[in-house]
Amino acid sequence: MLIYALRKAGLLLLSLTLSSLVIFALIEVIPGDPAQFMLGIGAEEDSLAALRQELGLDQPAPQRYLAWIGGMLLGDFGLSYTYRIPVLDVVMERLAVSLPLAGLAMAMVLVAAPVIAIIAAWRHGSTADHVVGGMTQIGIAVPNFWLAILLIHLFALGLGWFPAGGFSGWHNGSGAGLRALFLPALALAIPQIAILARIMREELIRAADQDYFRTARAKGLGPLEALLRHALRNALLPVLTIAGMQFSFLLAGAIIVENVFALPGLGRLVFQAIAQRDLIMVESVVMLLVFAVVVVSFLVELAYGLADPRVRTGVRPPRVRKGP
Amino acid sequence: MITRILSPLCLVLTAVLLVSPLMAADRNSMTIGLQLEPPHLDPTSAAAGAIDQVLYANVFEGLTRFARDGSIIPGLAKSWVISPDGAVYTFTLNENVRFHDGSVMDASDVKFSLDRARAEGSTNAQKALFAGITSVEATDSQTVRITLDEANGQFLFNMAWGDAVIVAEESIGAIRTKPVGTGPFIMERWQKGDRIILSRNPDYWGEPARLDQVTFRFIADPNAAYAAIMAGDIDAFPGYPAPETLPGFESDPRFRVIAGSTEGETILAINNQAGPLADQRVRAAIAHAIDRSALIDGAMFGYGVPIGTHFAPHHPDYLDLTQLSAYAPDKAKNLLAEAGYANGFETTLKLPPPSYARRGGEIIQAQLAQVGITARIETLEWAQWLEQVFRGKDYGLTIVSHTEPYDIGIYARPDYYFQYDSPAFRDLIKTLSATNDPARRRDLVQSAQRMIAEDNVNAFLFQLPQINVINAGVMGMWENAPTQATDMTAVYWQD
Amino acid sequence: MSSFNTRLQRGGMVLAGCLALFALIGFFWTPYDPAAMAINERLNAPTALHPFGTDHFGRDILSMLMAGAYTTLAVAALAVLIGVVIGVPLGLAGSARKGRMPDEAILRFNDLVFAFPALLTAILITARFGPGAVNAMIAIGIFNIPVFARISRAAALPLWQQDFILSARLAGKGDARIALEHILPNIVPLLLVQIAIQFSIAILAEAGLAYIGLGVQPPQPSWGRMLADGQTIVAIAPHVVYAPGLAIVLSVLSLNTLAEVMKQRFGLMGGRG
Repeated sequence: MLIYALRKAGLLLLSLTLSSLVIFALIEVIPGDPAQFMLGIGAEEDSLAALRQELGLDQPAPQRYLAWIGGMLLGDFGLSYTYRIPVLDVVMERLAVSLPLAGLAMAMVLVAAPVIAIIAAWRHGSTADHVVGGMTQIGIAVPNFWLAILLIHLFALGLGWFPAGGFSGWHNGSGAGLRALFLPALALAIPQIAILARIMREELIRAADQDYFRTARAKGLGPLEALLRHALRNALLPVLTIAGMQFSFLLAGAIIVENVFALPGLGRLVFQAIAQRDLIMVESVVMLLVFAVVVVSFLVELAYGLADPRVRTGVRPPRVRKGP
Repeated sequence: MITRILSPLCLVLTAVLLVSPLMAADRNSMTIGLQLEPPHLDPTSAAAGAIDQVLYANVFEGLTRFARDGSIIPGLAKSWVISPDGAVYTFTLNENVRFHDGSVMDASDVKFSLDRARAEGSTNAQKALFAGITSVEATDSQTVRITLDEANGQFLFNMAWGDAVIVAEESIGAIRTKPVGTGPFIMERWQKGDRIILSRNPDYWGEPARLDQVTFRFIADPNAAYAAIMAGDIDAFPGYPAPETLPGFESDPRFRVIAGSTEGETILAINNQAGPLADQRVRAAIAHAIDRSALIDGAMFGYGVPIGTHFAPHHPDYLDLTQLSAYAPDKAKNLLAEAGYANGFETTLKLPPPSYARRGGEIIQAQLAQVGITARIETLEWAQWLEQVFRGKDYGLTIVSHTEPYDIGIYARPDYYFQYDSPAFRDLIKTLSATNDPARRRDLVQSAQRMIAEDNVNAFLFQLPQINVINAGVMGMWENAPTQATDMTAVYWQD
Repeated sequence: MSSFNTRLQRGGMVLAGCLALFALIGFFWTPYDPAAMAINERLNAPTALHPFGTDHFGRDILSMLMAGAYTTLAVAALAVLIGVVIGVPLGLAGSARKGRMPDEAILRFNDLVFAFPALLTAILITARFGPGAVNAMIAIGIFNIPVFARISRAAALPLWQQDFILSARLAGKGDARIALEHILPNIVPLLLVQIAIQFSIAILAEAGLAYIGLGVQPPQPSWGRMLADGQTIVAIAPHVVYAPGLAIVLSVLSLNTLAEVMKQRFGLMGGRG
């Protein structure tokens, strides 16, 4: 087991090193000069040169790569070209929006998906099942920016229940913050609810086909009760794995929703940083995201390995479908 | 398990809905929407107009300043004397001016600011504004003498730019996050990615601001901007980015839509050295192939004044030359045939992000196709545009709005991205900049306007409008944008 | 299987057929030139002449929808093809040598691609190579590679232990030949289901890319671009987004239904389905 863990850890390090190289290379080849972007079309040559030197852009690429990696190992993610403050400070500010947003969306998913799945599985084959099935299909089929716009028109402009966008910070109290995040979280959650509910419904129906479930039913448990007591527990494990993967997707994949709701989240930060050629910011944030995903999946694998010796020899945990 | 998760969430939801702080309209504060967030808050080391849109005239002031009609009026300098040869400017400063940190603003601060901007290795984005300065002397605490290497009729205008504001030496270290100026508003708080809050400067040296607090919110997405105004989250949006949605505001008594002017000449820039485009007849054909009114209707939903040269129509010296390049597709075809391109030719049309360029590009592509020119659209980010088009000159056509005021002088630079190389035009601009007499300047600048129009350097499209969507109760906002600024000093709520 | 399900599935398949036909006709013929503008007739509501109305440049929305069907479906199809052509061989190669060198490397590669935020990577790719239909395909296609590698590996793994493979080995066939002749035919049903699913995701991805201004360039229309162009106009002329929005929703729906049908036909459904 120890050898297994060590080997996995070695691979983890290798993966991270490789990703850092890929990220750096990917960003290195993007055309566009950060200094020119910042100083615009009226800038004189010597001002540009001075700014490039100030940003450290005059150094050769390998040197910049080593400086970046070395800094990160020591917890220093560099200075944003655009904002001229430490990258980590900016990221922390944005996480104060992105994490609660992803968390709220995840909470919606974890509440709504099982409820929908249970109703569908309980009334399997009935009209309710078909209606739920159709709704989840549509939930998957609507492009997410479109869904976001519809939600704004309905709940912010039409009913006036929520602000139409923006985020004034947590210092006004968590009520105002949650209210600002509710619609964007819903926009993020709906497709994920649809995906998870479909998977869970199938798992539940599969579980209801097993012997232990029949035994429980034979003992006189009602269909819903049997479903909740016995099938749900067995259907939950793969669902939790998928939910875990969805969380990391929610964290990084919210660019479009953040844009439509004008939220200062992590996704929009990177999106803007690419446009502004704040390259150090892009590199560091992408690296952080990759790090988070790789480490989470490492831990998941390790947990599987602990729980089930067969896993150590190759069968891997299921993965979630990943949207754009 | 389900109920255990469900019940707290229900509680949270109810709480969220109930707590909703429907703040009563506060008559002493206002929320302004802007499209772009400043990267940092030092107007003297970045080209970002977004910095000036928040800080110019609100937090920072210069020796002179732009008034709302675009004229140059005294700022921190209450008066000045120009030497007979036009090369020495002596400014007398206002008294009792203090920076927001309490320190006194005097001649040494002016000297520091100007010397810093023009120094070797300075990262000022408009260093050319200071190019002619040979020395800045503080003759006493209220007097500054600036010597130029030659007469410069533009100098007072140059000193009004946001890049030439007066900063305090002791605050320079933190200026990017904590700007310390002399203006009627003090920087209060910056919620990055979302808003900047300014509060009134109680010790302002001039006419104080009427509002206690101004919040600038940054909303890049046009849809989000529309929704924020409609929902009442925002009281005024100068430079509103989605003209297509204006009918919704125009028909709603809660709002006023005001279309003002900007200094942005929107042009179809032509690479004057690229293959067929080097031929003046081909460029003339392009100009005649474009139907400006269809373009303005289609790309700007009717907002925008057609222009026939690179000069702002609201400027008193403007010459209306649109007839020189009137829409005449048949004439365009003849010109192409004359130049040897009877079957047309292919070129690139590289488009930066703004919607005037993207939408305008689609229309111009269709209009050029009518006369046989195939323009292949490539959409670019700004960084790519700067590298490929502006620096690399690797393009055939591009659409861009030149927002610097009075910038016809760029046509005198043969290495500029149009690559227009005309010795006659260069002589004209040289004479212009050495001339102080207004009548003579007018003649010269009108000849310059005519020359670039007749040479068809670029196809001149329209003056970019400044579209302001304003709550009906908001008074005193600037209608035009003579510079990128949102001067909030005189803005108030009507009772 | 209930008759409701059968009807639903038949409906889904008919719908998919109609969309394919629509795209095919659009490739050869549209009622108007989809790029022809008439600014003074912009944002007209649906009429007999223009059954879906006109857009903000006065173009006929029906014609754009037909021409755009071809673009959108072609981008999505090729993006999936990239995933299949590269991903399936990788997965099969991995399954042949489970836990050993190429397998482990392929697994790691998969993990890495999964770890990269997809949309950001697409933005970076277009920042480097410029936006366009081909680069949109590649950007979407890259993320289909690990999907197909993983699914074909998982499906192939148990097959290698089966008797018919052992007898093929005895007949002197190499790994590559066995994979091609014996393994691949057995996993085709599973791959077809996944192709339908990824196809629907690719259609949504095209719309997402169009929203942030990447993807197909004008004057070539695509559903995603029509929807993205119409997003602010919806406030004054909602008809501009009904047609492309509905087209996207319907095609994703029909593809997902197709996937369900295939799952059942091929007996891949868990439980009673």
